Amino acid sequence: MQIFKPTNTASPTAQKAAVKDLNFYYGAHQALKNINMVVHEKQVTALIGPSGCGKSTFLRCFNRMHDLYPHNHYEGEILLYPDNENILSSEVDPIEVRMRISMVFQKPNPFPKSIFENVAYGLRIRGVKRRSILEERVENALRNAALWEEVKNRLGDLAFNLSGGQQQRLCIARALATDPEILLFDEPTSALDPIATASIEELISDIRNKVTILIVTHNMQQAARVSDYTAYMYMGELIEFGATDKIFIKPKNKQTEDYITGRFG
Amino acid sequence: MNNPDNLNEIRAIIAHHKRWDLLALTAGIIALMIAVLTFIALFGNMVIDGMPRLTWEFFTSFPSRKPEAAGILSAWVGTTLIMLVTAAAAIPLGVAAGVYLEEYAPKNFITEVIEINVTNLAGVPSIIYGLLALGLFVYQLGLGQSILAAGLTLALLILPIVIVATREAIRSIPVTIREGAYALGATKWQTVADHVLPYSAAGILTGVIIGLARAIGETAPIITIGALTFIAFLPASPIQDQFPFLSFEWLLEPFTVMPIQMFNWVSRPQEAFQHNAAAAGLVLVVMTLLMNGLAIYLRYHLRKKIKW
Repeated sequence: MQIFKPTNTASPTAQKAAVKDLNFYYGAHQALKNINMVVHEKQVTALIGPSGCGKSTFLRCFNRMHDLYPHNHYEGEILLYPDNENILSSEVDPIEVRMRISMVFQKPNPFPKSIFENVAYGLRIRGVKRRSILEERVENALRNAALWEEVKNRLGDLAFNLSGGQQQRLCIARALATDPEILLFDEPTSALDPIATASIEELISDIRNKVTILIVTHNMQQAARVSDYTAYMYMGELIEFGATDKIFIKPKNKQTEDYITGRFG
Repeated sequence: MNNPDNLNEIRAIIAHHKRWDLLALTAGIIALMIAVLTFIALFGNMVIDGMPRLTWEFFTSFPSRKPEAAGILSAWVGTTLIMLVTAAAAIPLGVAAGVYLEEYAPKNFITEVIEINVTNLAGVPSIIYGLLALGLFVYQLGLGQSILAAGLTLALLILPIVIVATREAIRSIPVTIREGAYALGATKWQTVADHVLPYSAAGILTGVIIGLARAIGETAPIITIGALTFIAFLPASPIQDQFPFLSFEWLLEPFTVMPIQMFNWVSRPQEAFQHNAAAAGLVLVVMTLLMNGLAIYLRYHLRKKIKW
């Protein structure tokens, strides 16, 4: 079993998670093949690769999203540090995993509730009832998501009245409100215009030292801009993993190079 | 190739095709008119016959041997109370069944058989429900020929409508919203109670009202379980002036309903009773139209707030 060493020797970081021999199946179809990787704490790791390469499937293993649908199964481990728990184990409740690891989706998916209730929902299902605590943590999350100034006077408004970019930042606030150990982003800007995309990217660099981030993106410039580490995937396999500057400047693998330079994908 | 002959030929072909257009349009309008005019004629006839009888006394009088003194008091009170029982039984049962089928049931053969049967139940003739209810509610459970038995019978009748409406309303919620809730760590029940049900409430309510609008006009199953056709007293009032202020005695009392009152009057020989029947029919149609109108209002107005 081989675990990739962080190539970014300038800033050695602790590991937040380690993926070991991960295989994933949709029924009989094997979507992920023998993936080994580490996730560095409070760093941004980008997952890139052509459509259908399994990057989103891989991401959704981290919060056990696949458990929502029948006939899916995992093999191997994703160890979460420091407690060394294998979150893929059938003995671990997927709800517990989702309480620790939050997710932001491809399309902004705010609930048809007020802005406040959207951010408060994760806290409410964790049993937070005191209004003052809810208010404080909602404000914090909205500030962290760079949305507070825009919405502070209309927290009771329906979230659907926000623009697409604001809705996505609201979803980020919703995910941040519960203090997740890892924040997953599944192509968070693919439904947004360039200006909203820039604001989301800026937001990711603002929160990168607060939370461990895994981001799936089909946009290579985005991966280069926002991530510290990059994993290139192809056909369900992890082809190359390393520090983003190394991967983008001098990839070891010919396939990675072809993809990054735009020769295919 | 721009010769005028060719152009004339094209124009001739278009003119020929357009004749069929006109024909199809005419046929469509005629078909529509037959349906609409029939309704207008029936309704108009009922208005002409019944309108003069629609006085305050008509609503506050019991049926009588004298047509000019007869009213629909016991019938509209019976209909209202039965609708209360029907709604109280059909809403929780239908919504729970719909939620189970949509959110909890495993996708397997048994679920599929149940789904097909639910859809089929909507097509079972209503008198069959009456026979079932006569055996089950009236005799087996000993409810007698009561408001409770009638309400439960109609609840069974509209259960498929409520279940199907619930499932459709639930299914219109995008999977991304559900995943959003699950991703925050919500359990299945939290997702259902906090998201699925509130967001589909307008659709479910629409289905319930359409079901009740169907139940309000049902006659066959009510006759089967033994509604009285002539009743000159009211059931005990649900609201009492003494502690505990609520009474459920009315549930087990005999009753009549609007369509049965109509049926009773129509079958009398005296012409004056026909006018009474028309007036009662008018009231019944207005009640149904109001309920359908409310359903349409809910569908278009409340749903506007939630756009996926």
